[in-house]
Amino acid sequence: MKRVALRRATDQTAKHITAAVSAATSLLVVFIALVLLVRSWPIFVTRPLSELLFSTTWKPLQSAFGYYPFIMGTLWVTCVAMVIAVPICLLVSIYLAEYASRRVYAMVKPLIDVSAGIPSVIFGIWGVIMVVPLVQKLAASSIGRSLSRLPLFEVHNPTGYSVLAGGIVLAVMVFPVIISVAEEVIRAVPTGLREASWALGATRWQTIKYVVLRHAAPGVLAAIVLGFSRAFGETMAVIMVVGNVPRVPRSLFDAAYPLTALIANSYGEMMSIPLYDAALLGAALLLLVIVLLFNLGARLVLMRMIRYR
Amino acid sequence: MDERPHIEIQNLSVWYGEQRALKDISVAFPARGITAVIGPSGCGKTTLLKSINRLLETSDNVRISGRILLDGADIYAPGVDVTEIRTRVGLLASKPFPLPMSIYDNVLYGPRIHGLCRRDNADAIVERYLRAADLWEEVRERLQTPAHALSTGQQQRLCLARALAVEPEVLLCDEPTAALDPISAQRIEDLLRGLKRHMTIVLVTHILRQARRLADYVVFLWLGELVEAGPAEQVFNNPLSERTRAYLMGDIG
Ligand SMILES: Nc1ncnc2c1ncn2[C@@H]1O[C@H](COP(=O)(O)OP(=O)(O)O)[C@@H](O)[C@H]1O
Ligand SMILES: [Mg+2]
Repeated sequence: MKRVALRRATDQTAKHITAAVSAATSLLVVFIALVLLVRSWPIFVTRPLSELLFSTTWKPLQSAFGYYPFIMGTLWVTCVAMVIAVPICLLVSIYLAEYASRRVYAMVKPLIDVSAGIPSVIFGIWGVIMVVPLVQKLAASSIGRSLSRLPLFEVHNPTGYSVLAGGIVLAVMVFPVIISVAEEVIRAVPTGLREASWALGATRWQTIKYVVLRHAAPGVLAAIVLGFSRAFGETMAVIMVVGNVPRVPRSLFDAAYPLTALIANSYGEMMSIPLYDAALLGAALLLLVIVLLFNLGARLVLMRMIRYR
Repeated sequence: MDERPHIEIQNLSVWYGEQRALKDISVAFPARGITAVIGPSGCGKTTLLKSINRLLETSDNVRISGRILLDGADIYAPGVDVTEIRTRVGLLASKPFPLPMSIYDNVLYGPRIHGLCRRDNADAIVERYLRAADLWEEVRERLQTPAHALSTGQQQRLCLARALAVEPEVLLCDEPTAALDPISAQRIEDLLRGLKRHMTIVLVTHILRQARRLADYVVFLWLGELVEAGPAEQVFNNPLSERTRAYLMGDIG
């Protein structure tokens, strides 16, 4: 009798504990957002949002807090990374899922999965010793000088610490994230669907292009969003290679200062400056909101696309 | 039949890895009419069918030996364009797989792939083949909706329309009514009966009554071997082989 009661009590306790932990975990993001909102409140009430978002001056000592250079820094670096990463990842995923022999797949897939776990500081180091010098050489070369005449490619900054270096490092970081998901999504397309296309006389490539990728599109998009979020929020690797100059970049060779780098570099120092704390936490809130909005948007697109499966 | 056979299979053997799925099959399919391939499941019916449009070779670990002549020319000869063979030999699979696009685009998929579709004939092509598959009246108002929203029976008729739109001379049907309700199955049977006047149909089925209803010729497979082939009347009423008789009586299989 006693043992039954004890067992029942244990069962109930287990249920309540797991429920409580689950609730706490899912509420964490709300909690974090609330803390950020409360702590950054002073900066949002003392100046209009448009000034915060679009002013290019960041001079904490003069109480000027414009996020614009940092927002643009984040956007530039992330976009360059995605422009590099998406086509490459798509090609690799298609190759692995559609063409690679079992042997090649068995060798390559674990490599890609493992590289998803490499700490970002290692990518940062790799960026400093390999990518930055490469960009520096490119900027100084005759190719760089010819490119320099094109918009978005002007060389004002010969150091190599640049948007391009940050974009390359981030692209390499998101490769495994995008590839491992996209490859599995493409592989999961039913064989019968491929056969339906082949049986109509379509080539392998036509089948991939018109049928397989279309069927897999929502999942591939999800993979890209995952990669984008990773690139967008990445801090360590980026800090090490982008130069951290708070000015709006105009060219791939310019230095940049992304939001993540701003927060990580500045938070905890000179916190006696009025409103400095609120301004930095405001930047963090901004980052959070942008990522959430992006994920929401992607979800909506996904829902529309799933209709066609 | 005094015409030359449309499809001639000569000494066809197929292995999946070490397992031999077809053993030295030689059989001819007459032009036009329906040839039913019957036999218990696992006897190699699908394998035989997929060897005729060279879909077999898309899975790895398959080995094929022998010849298959289509209008007298070996489709496995070196230099033969696989896509051309698959254009001439259409397939209706046992489970409908609508392509991930609209009803309209499903029908036009083949013609577009082969560059036969222009702006001014697209609508006509769609209507023509949807009518041929007896689907036009049901979908004419919603051609631009996704094909997967159709019922399974409608999807199978869409797959038929899609196959017909590339104007194949042979239609391979692999248990085309297996996934369907009786009424949808009936409609597919009626369509096949109408199509056999213009094309050679190879119908794989494990439903004996369906074979009796539709077949002009019958091929009986057993464990990867050809047991008997001949006009339907003869095979059903007067089988040469004891095993065919036993299968038809329901004693084996
Ligand atoms: N892709 C494959 N890999 C290995 N074995 C297969 C494959 N497809 C079919 N088989 C085997 O070959 C034999 C014939 O299969 P199949 O042609 O599908 O028979 P049926 O269509 O008459 O049911 C079966 O024993 C089956 O297990
Ligand atoms: Mg079968």
